[in-house]
Amino acid sequence: MSQIDNPVHNIKSALDQMFDLVTMQLTKSKDALAGFDKDLAREVIQIEKRVNGQELQIDRVAENFIALYSPVAIDLRFVLAALKINNNLERIGDIAEGISKYINETNSPLDATLMEESNVMPMYEAALRMLKEVHEAYEKEDTSIARKIFKSDDYLDHINAEAITNLTHAANGDASKLSDALYIISIIRKLERIGDQLKNIAEEIIFYIEAKVLKHVKPK
Amino acid sequence: MSHKLTTQDVHVWYGSFHALKGVTLSVKPNTVTAFIGPSGCGKSTFLRLFNRMNDYIEGFHMGGEIIIDGRNIYGKRILVEELRKEVGMVFQKPNPFPKSIYDNVVYGLQIQGINDKHVLEEACETSLKQAALWNEVKDNLKKSALALSGGQQQRLCIARTLAVKPTMILMDEPASALDPISTAKIEELILELKSQYTIVIVTHNMQQAARISDRTAFFYLGELIEYDKTVNIFTNPKEEKTQSYITGRFG
Repeated sequence: MSQIDNPVHNIKSALDQMFDLVTMQLTKSKDALAGFDKDLAREVIQIEKRVNGQELQIDRVAENFIALYSPVAIDLRFVLAALKINNNLERIGDIAEGISKYINETNSPLDATLMEESNVMPMYEAALRMLKEVHEAYEKEDTSIARKIFKSDDYLDHINAEAITNLTHAANGDASKLSDALYIISIIRKLERIGDQLKNIAEEIIFYIEAKVLKHVKPK
Repeated sequence: MSHKLTTQDVHVWYGSFHALKGVTLSVKPNTVTAFIGPSGCGKSTFLRLFNRMNDYIEGFHMGGEIIIDGRNIYGKRILVEELRKEVGMVFQKPNPFPKSIYDNVVYGLQIQGINDKHVLEEACETSLKQAALWNEVKDNLKKSALALSGGQQQRLCIARTLAVKPTMILMDEPASALDPISTAKIEELILELKSQYTIVIVTHNMQQAARISDRTAFFYLGELIEYDKTVNIFTNPKEEKTQSYITGRFG
């Protein structure tokens, strides 16, 4: 192992822990929503502090690595990608926290019919699956797994695009359901943003491993 | 743009040791080209071919062609002294003569037979200005060159090289014996000189190659492994060996 491998390894494992923390946050926030579990929601809000601390730690280690080792080529691409992945993961954590805050603010479980018709839970499952896949792509340095994320993100976009129509139909003119419908739409919008963050992470993994820039490239 | 320098399938042997193995590359005029690679990879041997500095080494023989400004410099009609006026060289360790600053700069012109005081003074001033040393020594031109700092001595050697008006400058680790401030001055100088000269530099300092060169050639065990724009070499090298070397994983 050469001298430069140590800091690279340290950043890699710190980012690995960040993936684990955010996965835990997202899983718990999903379960909190599904079971209207306020305790779990509060736990997600607590984990956010650890996520923020981990983000700062990775930023610091990466900055030191750049300053002390002047990385080039694959090491440079790795540290640039790591900084962006770190930031994207932290935002996913923020979103999980935001959803948990809704659960805390709401007095009763969200309307079951609206939940069902909006497809919010399958969307949550899909986002969580994507997060696990992108983590696997990062761990195995496998760009073929990273590329699958783009397709999965289309599914989240589709549910988001249909959300208003589905919820209007499910509410069926019942004004008492308006508040819940708005909450659900807001959650769906947040999950759609998680899809975007995961897509960004997948792009960074491909940049790091293959030196290809996919950002702002429209699929053919 | 036509090439200033082209090498075609260049091989070098020192006795039975095969030091360079079929190196082919081209260098455009008014560019800085860096040669990098671990010690013993052949980069200095290759550089020294361009002004025939290897000719004196026992057992040296070569194959292939080296074309500078359209002429094969190992051709029969080439006068080595004339070639060295065209292709100047700056070495790793500053090597001023034990003479005054002025005498050092005009030395090359004097041995060419130029003795007109006005011409020599003008050449001295111009060369020292080009080498970014004029302001530091203009009031002490008669002072011994050996009294200058290491960084100043190296810039003096560059001024001495420039005085004979070469078109190409070879630099063999020109800043490796200097402190960071002197190194920065040499690097700034190289970038300024690029507009008038073609510069080829051997360096072990990766950051230096990255900062100052337009193209970088990586050598390993006598072979040219990769030659590309410097930005490509340091961000996305095509060859695994290049990547391992520049990231410090071997060499």
